[in-house]
Amino acid sequence: MNIRPLRIAATPRADEATPLVRVENVTKHFPIGRGLFGGQVVRAVDGVSFAIRTGETLGLVGESGCGKSTLGRVIVQLQPATAGHVFFEDTDLVSLRGERLRRMRRQMQMVFQDPYSSLNPRMTVGDLVSEPLTNFGMARSRDRQRRVTDILRLCGLSASAVGRYPHEFSAGQRQRIGIARALVLNPRFVVADEPLSALDVSVQAQIVNLLEDLRSRLQLTYLFITHDLAVVRHVSDRVAVMYLGRLVEVARTADLFARPLHPYTTALLSAIRVPDPDLQARRRPILLKGELPSPMRPPSGCRFHTRCPIARFPICAEREPALEQRRGDRAVACHFPGKL
Amino acid sequence: MASAAKTHSDPGRRNQTLTPLLRVEDLRTYFFTSWGVVRAVDGVSFDVGPGEAVGIVGESGCGKSVTALSIMRLVPPPGRITGGRILFYAGGEGQDVARMSERRLRELRGSDVAMVFSDPMTSLNPVLRVGDQVREAMAAHRRFTPRQAGERVVPLLQRMRLTRASRRAGTYPHQLSGGARQRVMLAMGLSNEPRLLIADEPTAALDLTVQAQVVELLMDLNRELGTAIVLVTHDLSLVASLCTRVVVMYAGQVVEQGPARQLLRDPQHPYTWSLLRAAPRIDRPRPVRLAAIGGTPPDAARPPFGCRFHPRCRHRVDRCSSDEPPLDPVGDHHLARCWVTMDGVAAGQPDGPL
Repeated sequence: MNIRPLRIAATPRADEATPLVRVENVTKHFPIGRGLFGGQVVRAVDGVSFAIRTGETLGLVGESGCGKSTLGRVIVQLQPATAGHVFFEDTDLVSLRGERLRRMRRQMQMVFQDPYSSLNPRMTVGDLVSEPLTNFGMARSRDRQRRVTDILRLCGLSASAVGRYPHEFSAGQRQRIGIARALVLNPRFVVADEPLSALDVSVQAQIVNLLEDLRSRLQLTYLFITHDLAVVRHVSDRVAVMYLGRLVEVARTADLFARPLHPYTTALLSAIRVPDPDLQARRRPILLKGELPSPMRPPSGCRFHTRCPIARFPICAEREPALEQRRGDRAVACHFPGKL
Repeated sequence: MASAAKTHSDPGRRNQTLTPLLRVEDLRTYFFTSWGVVRAVDGVSFDVGPGEAVGIVGESGCGKSVTALSIMRLVPPPGRITGGRILFYAGGEGQDVARMSERRLRELRGSDVAMVFSDPMTSLNPVLRVGDQVREAMAAHRRFTPRQAGERVVPLLQRMRLTRASRRAGTYPHQLSGGARQRVMLAMGLSNEPRLLIADEPTAALDLTVQAQVVELLMDLNRELGTAIVLVTHDLSLVASLCTRVVVMYAGQVVEQGPARQLLRDPQHPYTWSLLRAAPRIDRPRPVRLAAIGGTPPDAARPPFGCRFHPRCRHRVDRCSSDEPPLDPVGDHHLARCWVTMDGVAAGQPDGPL
């Protein structure tokens, strides 16, 4: 197979109105065990629909257990969906098998959270970064070596890294190796799943800047999964908020931060802290009552109603609000949007 | 005591006049490993006043957690406290934790000083009901009779805002959420009404909305019970919500310390200043690029010569690579270890001249 040269874009941002990835009613249920829990399922992702536009960074936020990582894995077909469709341009990935799926997979790659456990410690950096090329049948050649050193350089590593092992690198450099490995096949879509959470603050900034540079130089589209809302505000064009397997709000980043419509988004944003004692003292975090319900038995009606400060009964406990499109390119799933 | 403090040669003492609750003096905790001596804590001094909340901040490997473990004398081998004093003032004379008998140490831990960690799952016994663990924490110190201890369990858990406390006292750790486990840990830590609580990344394993609850709780405990808090964290905004004073560590040393407001609004050490600018902030307009700090934190076995931050510092001058700067006063109760004064370069002025 022939290796295309790296796409270096003169103007970033392709057509923002065309979706690159479209997720339709995707559900992922994990059946758990026999015995005591026999027949139960964890509803990790439950009927989620949204689109990722060509050239954008869509931030996906939510707390642990909300299903955001599972959703990311289902989108790049690392895990099969229980139901629903994932379209990459016009191709439904869920229906693909064998060679056709493999070909599509090249277009979509994943950057993982932990650069310690996602890199095989016995492989050299050169082998790690060229492994995807091998998997996709790209023969050993001068092109190939060139391609590996090019992508390493683009990720801020020197060509001499090729002969060294992951443990010889710092956490930040290892994340660069992970990113090089994801990008060596020249994908168009990258799911970054908490790519910063194993890194120190000073190094996080380096990786954020790198991901942003790569996005514009290689014309990438990102799904950026994180729990860090300040990071999401920095990197995303739009933000999708998840709660207990459902999307509760999708909006342009500036709009979401200026005026959240879903009470859960409002609570999340209110809990963000700032490193300024005076400003922080004036912030009033909305303390949600209770704890995250089990995804095995999500609450009836709106899944957030058990913790919602503005829930009204009986409607919120009986009728599940749909994710409805609203004016200004945003969507929210709430019976009383903007009321908190 | 006060006069001795004033004339002490260490600049960390200079501004201190009141008798502290805890005084850490030139603490050195080294790890003797097969690849060399790791000077994890290398001459750290700071005070904690009664009822005060002090934040120790820095990135991984800076020595903040080892400092906390040293105060409890819980440093695991091959680590050892090799120098300095850890004076705990339990009424009158200071007692040196570093040289205390095992027996006195056992009394101190849990009853005068308690510690909570970031991951409550590893610090709780998985096969004991949580209520029993809280009761045992009290029984161990005999401040309360067994009967009193038993009666205090549920009110304590309630005070930690654990909902349905009486029912959940009978559950096991794995049946609780991360937030609820952290509340149980805090109940254990505070069960003997210690004067000092050391909290090492108490919110790191928790979700944002749960963090907000735990922060509120810590603030209330500090205010209502007058428990002094040493908060060990990498998170400057956590320090901003809880602490009145901040100690910033880098490569085993204190590089800056001072009142929280002053230090966070007008940092005087380039490392503090860079850390504050490296993370995106929702209280500031979005910058085009984040101001990353180049390079990586140094290897504690071979710290750089001169100022330990100089290889990563954008403001370094020749002297920084040859002479180690002292921790000197740069303002009221404010110390920084930097040859280049940061005056005039406020955090609001990106890349301002020096």
